Amino acid sequence: MDSIRLDATLTVHPRVSIRPEPFGALLYHFGTRQLSFLKDRVLLDAVRACDGTRTLAQALAEAAVPDAQVERYRRAVATLVHSTMLESRPANEVAA
Amino acid sequence: MTLVAPSPVQTSPVAPARTSSTLMGHFEAGLDAPICLTWELTYACNLSCSHCLSSSGRRDPRELTTEECKAVIDELQRMQVFYVNIGGGEPTVRSDFWELVDYATDHQVGVKFSTNGIKLTPEIAQRLAASDYVDVQISLDGATAEVNDHVRGPGSYDTAMRAMQNLADAGFRGFKISVVCTRENIPQLDEFKAIADRFDAQLRLTRLRPSGRGADVWDDLHPLPEQQRELYDWLVAHGEGVLTGDSFFHLSAFGSALPGLNLCGAGRVVCLIDPIGDVYACPFAIHDEFLAGSIREPGGFEAVWRESELFQRLREPTGGGACASCSFYDSCRGGCMAAKFFTGLPIDGPDPECVRGFGEQLLAERAEDALPKPSGDHSHRTSPPRPRGGAGPVPLTLSVRRPDAPPAHACAESPLAGFSPTTTAAGCACGTDH
Repeated sequence: MDSIRLDATLTVHPRVSIRPEPFGALLYHFGTRQLSFLKDRVLLDAVRACDGTRTLAQALAEAAVPDAQVERYRRAVATLVHSTMLESRPANEVAA
Repeated sequence: MTLVAPSPVQTSPVAPARTSSTLMGHFEAGLDAPICLTWELTYACNLSCSHCLSSSGRRDPRELTTEECKAVIDELQRMQVFYVNIGGGEPTVRSDFWELVDYATDHQVGVKFSTNGIKLTPEIAQRLAASDYVDVQISLDGATAEVNDHVRGPGSYDTAMRAMQNLADAGFRGFKISVVCTRENIPQLDEFKAIADRFDAQLRLTRLRPSGRGADVWDDLHPLPEQQRELYDWLVAHGEGVLTGDSFFHLSAFGSALPGLNLCGAGRVVCLIDPIGDVYACPFAIHDEFLAGSIREPGGFEAVWRESELFQRLREPTGGGACASCSFYDSCRGGCMAAKFFTGLPIDGPDPECVRGFGEQLLAERAEDALPKPSGDHSHRTSPPRPRGGAGPVPLTLSVRRPDAPPAHACAESPLAGFSPTTTAAGCACGTDH
C-alpha cells in the first residue's frame, strides 16, 4: 500500500461521502460499506485537494503539509487508496 | 472501519491503543451526528425470541407512518448519517418496508437490516443482490436447529437457513449472519463460522444483553466465566474477519483490545430510534431511564441528538466510579451501561460480566428489588404466538336480520323495535339530533 507515488493523480471515489468533524472527518464508501476516520483536518484538506487535477505532491502542498511531514501524509493517503476511498486516476477518467 | 492518521505511531490501518488517541476523546464527547444509528421500524414480529432486546411481538398502533419515516430519512441525509441499521421487531413485515429501503438508498442513507428471514424469498433476494446500498443481516442463535429454536422458536432455524440459501443463490456475497452469544451456542463458534463460509457470508457475534425479554433469560443464558475466555480467545484468533459490533469491549481486560472502537457509544456516537419515534441512548437501552426524546417533537431527531439533556449528560467525562482504580479500566471502560442497568448494578461500577469477577460478586450481593421494572412490552400475549394461517380462515356467515322479523324471545326485543323514523312524523323525543 506504500506504492502510491507523489506524482500520482488521485480522485475521491465517486461513491465516497465525506463528513467533516472537529477531529478530522468521517469517510464512508457506499460501495464497500467501509467507514474510515481521518484523524486530522490537514489530512482532510489533502483528501479534498485530490480532485483529479493535481498530483499528490500538489494536493499535499495545497493542504499546507510541511515538507518534513510529506512522507507521513503520503502513507496515510496510500492507506485510503488501498481501501479504494481514493482512486489513482485523473478526474476526466472517472466513470459516470 | 479504518483509522487513517499521518502520525508515525499509527501506520497500520487498525485502531490504535486508546492512550495514543485523542479521537476517542472526541467520540466520548459526542459527535454532531451519530456514526451508527439503529432504527427499529416496528415492534411487530412473527417470532417471540426469548431474549428479544425490544420485547417485540405486537405492532404498536402509534408506529411512525410512511411519511414520518421518510421525513426521518431526509433528516439523516442532511446530517450525513451514512447508514442505518434497521431492525425491529421483524422490519420486513411492515408493508412499506421495501419502499422505505428504496427511499433511504435513493437519499444517500445506506441500509443494513436485520431479519429472521421470513420474507426473504428468492425474488426478494435477487432484488437485494442487485443493490450495493443494502446489506442484510440474518439472525441465527444456534448452529443447529436444536440450539437455535430453543431461543428463537420452532421453525426459525429453517427459516433463517432458507433465507441464507436464497441470498447465496441470488449471488448476494458478504451478507451478515448475526449471532447472539449464549451459554448454549459458544461451543458452536466454529460451526457458525463454517455456515458463514459456506454461504460466503460474514459472521457477526454480539453480546447477550439483559435488555427487554433478555432480562428474563439472562441468568440462564449468559456465557459462563470460562466461556467468556473461550469467546475472547476465539475472537482474537479470528481478528477482523468476524464482526462484533463492538460488543465485547468488556472482555478487553483479558489482554489486548479487540478490533473496534472499544468504548460505550451510547448517546455519543450511536443511538436508537424506536418504532414510535422515541429516541434512546442505544439499542440495548429501551427503557424510560435512557429515553432522550421523540422525533415527533419540534426540532425532530436532530434536536434530540444535539440538545437532549440525557445525551448531554452521557457525553460528559466519566471518572470510572468504583472501577477507576482498576488497572484494566483503560481497556474495558467499565463495560456496558445497559448490562449494568438491567441487572440492577450501579452504572458507575463493574459490568455484570467483568472478567475479574467483580460483577458476579455484586450480583450476588444485590437487593431483591434491585432489578428495574420494564417500561414497555410488546410481547405476544400468547407465547409462542398462535400460527397465523395454519388453521385456515375462520368461516363466518354474514346475514342481516329482516327489521320486521319477530325477536327470538321477549328479552331480545329492542326498546326501539317497530320504530321507524321515516314513518313517525314526530321523530324522536330524546332531544338529540340523531
